[in-house]
Amino acid sequence: MVQSLDRSQGRAGAVATDGAAAPKTFTGNRALQIEEPLIFEMGQAGRCGVDLPEPPKVKDRLNGLRRGGEIGLPGLSEPQVVQHYTRLSQKNYAIDMGVYPLGSCTMKHNPRINEKVARLAGIGDLHPLQPVSTVQGALELIDTLAHWLKTLTGMPAVAMSPAAGAHGEMCGMMAIAAALDAKGERAQRKIVLAPESAHGTNPATAAALGFTVKPIPANDRGRVDLAALKAALGPDVAAIMLTNPNTCGLFESEIVEISTAVHEAGAYFYCDGANFNAIAGRVRPGDLGVDCMHINLHKTFSTPHGGGGPGAGPVVLSAALAPFAPYPWIVKTGDGWTVAEEGTRVAGTPFGRLKAFHGQMGMFSRALAYIMSHGADGLKQASEDAVLSANYVMAALKDVMTPAFDGPCMHEVLFDDSFLKDTGVSTLDFAKAMIDEGYHPMTMYFPLVVHGAMLIEPTESQAKEDLDQFIGALRSLTERAKTGTAAEEFKAAPRFSPRRRLDETLAARKPILRWRPSNNPPEGGPMRQAAE
Amino acid sequence: MRYLPLTDADRREMLRVIGAKSVDDLFRDVPASARLPGKVAGLPDHQGELEVERAFQGFAAKNVSPAMAPFFIGAGAYRHHVPATVDYMIQRGEFLTSYTPYQPEITQGTLQYLFEFQTQVTLLTGMEVANASMYDGSTGTSEAVLMANRVTRRHKALISGGLHPQYRGVIETAARWEGFNAVVGKADVDGLEDLIAAVDKETSCVVVQNPSFFGHVRDFSKLAEACHAAGALLIVVVTEVVSLGLITPPGEMGADIVVCEGQSIGNGLGFGGPYVGLFATREKYMRQMPGRLVGETVDADGKRGFVLTLSTREQHIRREKATSNICTNAGLCALAFTIHLTLLGEAGFRRLAELNHAKASELADRVAAVPGVTVVNDSFFNEFTVRLPRPAAPVVEALAARRILAGVPVSRLIPDDPSVANLLLLAATETATEHGMAPLVAGLKEVL
Repeated sequence: MVQSLDRSQGRAGAVATDGAAAPKTFTGNRALQIEEPLIFEMGQAGRCGVDLPEPPKVKDRLNGLRRGGEIGLPGLSEPQVVQHYTRLSQKNYAIDMGVYPLGSCTMKHNPRINEKVARLAGIGDLHPLQPVSTVQGALELIDTLAHWLKTLTGMPAVAMSPAAGAHGEMCGMMAIAAALDAKGERAQRKIVLAPESAHGTNPATAAALGFTVKPIPANDRGRVDLAALKAALGPDVAAIMLTNPNTCGLFESEIVEISTAVHEAGAYFYCDGANFNAIAGRVRPGDLGVDCMHINLHKTFSTPHGGGGPGAGPVVLSAALAPFAPYPWIVKTGDGWTVAEEGTRVAGTPFGRLKAFHGQMGMFSRALAYIMSHGADGLKQASEDAVLSANYVMAALKDVMTPAFDGPCMHEVLFDDSFLKDTGVSTLDFAKAMIDEGYHPMTMYFPLVVHGAMLIEPTESQAKEDLDQFIGALRSLTERAKTGTAAEEFKAAPRFSPRRRLDETLAARKPILRWRPSNNPPEGGPMRQAAE
Repeated sequence: MRYLPLTDADRREMLRVIGAKSVDDLFRDVPASARLPGKVAGLPDHQGELEVERAFQGFAAKNVSPAMAPFFIGAGAYRHHVPATVDYMIQRGEFLTSYTPYQPEITQGTLQYLFEFQTQVTLLTGMEVANASMYDGSTGTSEAVLMANRVTRRHKALISGGLHPQYRGVIETAARWEGFNAVVGKADVDGLEDLIAAVDKETSCVVVQNPSFFGHVRDFSKLAEACHAAGALLIVVVTEVVSLGLITPPGEMGADIVVCEGQSIGNGLGFGGPYVGLFATREKYMRQMPGRLVGETVDADGKRGFVLTLSTREQHIRREKATSNICTNAGLCALAFTIHLTLLGEAGFRRLAELNHAKASELADRVAAVPGVTVVNDSFFNEFTVRLPRPAAPVVEALAARRILAGVPVSRLIPDDPSVANLLLLAATETATEHGMAPLVAGLKEVL
C-alpha cells in the first residue's frame, strides 16, 4: 500500500495548513512563493543590464527614417532580471519536478547532455548560409539523424525541415496533394477522412489545403470502424489522417487492413506520429503501410517542450511520396555532404519550401543525442516501459476509476468520467484537485469521443515508487469525490498553487493582451505600489 | 540505461499487477506481420554520455564556427552577442521542461513571460497586439498572408522583390497548395521598387521587408495609404529585429500586420533554427490572428494572473475552422528574446542598434575602397549589397578556403536570375571587429 507523504508523523506543533485561512503577509508573498510584478512595473531610466561601448559617431544612412520618441522598454539591471525570471520560473510545474501525466504530450525526462551538445560552438554557433564546405559536420549530423528516423520507421525518405508536428502535417499533406496533382487527380479527390478522436491539427491542416474533412466513426473498441471506413472510401478520397497508436491510447489493430483498403481506393495514408513513442524501436510504421508520418522530436525523442516549443516535426515518406519532398534536404556526395535547395539539379519535383533555412537544427542535435544514448536496445526498452507504466496505472486504478476501453492500452490510458457520476465533481474539478496533491493534471476533455475524458500518460521516466504515489493520490481523490459531500472542496481546488482558478471568461470577454500604464492592477500589494 | 528508472523486479511486479505474462502481451494488438523479432536491425546500441559527447565533438570539429573566422553573413540570421544570463535562465528546468501552459494555476511563470513578450513585441513594432510567437519569421510571414486573405476575403497577395527569397518561397508554397495567388516582384536590388500602382481591388495584401533583403531602408507610409484606399492590408516583414532600435517602426508607417524574425535577440545562429517569429497587428484584427495569445485576468482570490485566451480561433477548439493549424510554437525562444531584451532595456537596445549601424557603415566604407567593388545601397542598417566584378559564389568559396566567412552570394538564394550573379550581401553586427574587417578587405583584393 502506498504511504502518505505527510511528514508530521503525529508530532505536536502543527498549525493550520489550510492555505486560504492562513494570515495575510505584508508583501503578499508566502515564503518561497514571491508575488512578482511585470518588468514594465520594475524599470527605471538609467538602469541597463548590459554594458556596450559608446558607438562611434557616423553619418546615418537610414534614408531619413531614424526612430524618434520612446520605445517604452523598461530598464533593469542584471541582478533584477535574474531574480525576476527565477521567481517566475518558480511558479511553473515541470517534468523536472515530478509526474507530468499529460496524455498525448509525452512529458518524458529531458537529458541535459542534449542541451550541452546542442550548444557546442561548432554546432550551435553556425550560420545556415555558410558555404557548405564549412558546415560538413552539421550536414553529417542532420543526415545521421535522418538515417535513424528512416531506419526506425522503415521508410525510405524523410523531410527534415518542418518546425513542429502541425507543420509536419502540412508537409505530409502537401506531398499527398502534389502526388495527386502529378496523377491528375487533385481536383477529383477532395475528401480527407479522419476519426473523430483526431488531434485538432489534423482537420485544421486538411481544411487549410482545401480538403473537406469527413469524420470516420469509431467502433465500441475505440478503433476505426473498418466497415464504415471502407464505405467512405471512393474516387473522391485523397487520404486518411490517422493517429496510431490512436488518441484513446490504443493500437489500431486493423491498421494493415485499413492501409490496404486506403491504397486500393487510390488514396494515401497519413499517419499522425504524435504517439510514435509507444512503439519506437519495436514496430516500424513502414511495415503498417503508411505513406507519410510526422515525428514530434519534442515528444518521442525528448527535446524539451520549453513552455510550448520549439519543436520539430520531420516527416518520413514512402517511395510514392518521396519525389515530392520539399526543399531543402541533405545529399551525401562522394566525400562529404551538400544541400539540395532551390537551383540544385534534383530528381523529383519538390512541392516547394516550408521554412527558411534547414529546419530546427537545435532540436536535431538534442534528438540525436537522445537517440544515440538509448540506441536500438534502449529505444525499444523505453517504449516498452512507457507502455508497461500506462498499463500499470490502468490496472491499479480500474476498480475506482473507469477506463474508457478494455486493455491493454499503449503508452497512455484513457478514463471517462462515469466514476464521478452523481458526485457533483467534474473532470475539471478532479484535475484541479490533483494540483493540490502536487501533480500536473492529465489531459482533460480530449479525445472528444469519450465523456469527460482523462488521458494519462506516465511515460517511461517515472520510478515505480513515484507511480505508486501518484496512483495513491488518485485513489484518495476518488474516495473523497465518492463521499458525495466533497463537491465544494473540489470546486475550490486548487488552493495551494501560485494562483487559484483563473477567470478565463473575463480574459476572453475583455482581452488585455499587453501591459499598458493604464491597466488597472486588480490587486495592488505593497510591492507593486512601490514599483509604480 | 541511465534514463530508465524501472528495474527488472519492478517490471515483473508491474506485469503481475496488470495480469500479463510478458510485455509482449501488452503489444498484442500489433498485427503479427509488423511484430519485429527483436530490436530494429542495423542500428547501434546505447552509449554513455562520454561517447555521445565525443561523437558530437566529432561533428563540431568538421565545421568552421564564426567564432573562429572573420564573419559577415546575414541574410535573415544575424550573429549577435547573447548575454550569459539568457542561456542560463532559459535552462532552468521549470521553464525548459514545462509544457504549453494549459493549466494556468501552475504555469504562471510561462504565462507571465509570454505576456511580457507580447508587450515587448507591440512596443518594438509600434503595433497594438501581438501573439505569443510563431515558428520563425518565414512561416509567420506566410501566416500573415493567410490572415490578410481571411480579413479581406480576397486571394491575391503582392510580394515585394525585396522580400527574403526563402520567405517568398514559403509564401509561394502556401499559395500553390492552399489556393491563393501570389504575385512576385522582380529582385529589387536597387531598392526603388514601387508597388503602389499594382495595388487593386483584388489585392488582399502587399508584403514588403524593411530593411529589405538587399538592405535598403524604405518608408512605406505611402504604400500603406494606397493599400488602405484599395481595402488591402500592408504586411511589413523585419528579418533583423535589432533594426527597430534605430528605424521608424512599421506601425508608424501604417502597417496592418508586422512579422519579425526575432532570432537576433536572445537566440544564437543555431544553423537556422529554432528561431522565433514575432507577429503583431491592429486590435481590430485580433480575432483573425493565428497562434496563441496570453491575456490578463484574475483568479478566485482576485489576484492578477494570466491565461491563454481567445482560443476559439485555434485548432484544438475550432478544428477545421481554425485560423491556423499551429500548435507548438517557439515558447523557449520567446523567453530568450524576452530576457535579452529586458537586459538591454530602452538604452541598451538603442545603443545596440547604433553599434550595428556604425559597424556596417565602417565595413561599407572599407569594401567600397576595394578596386572593382561597388556598394549598391545608399541606405542600410547592418547589412548591404555589393556588386563584384565577377560572380560572387566562387569568390565566397575562395574566401572560405582562406577561413573568411564573407557573406552570402545572392545567387545562392536567387539561383534563376543571372543579373544577380555578381551580388554579395555583407552584414556587420556589434560582434564585427577590426581584426575581421582587415582580412576580409585583404582577401577580397586577393581573390578578385
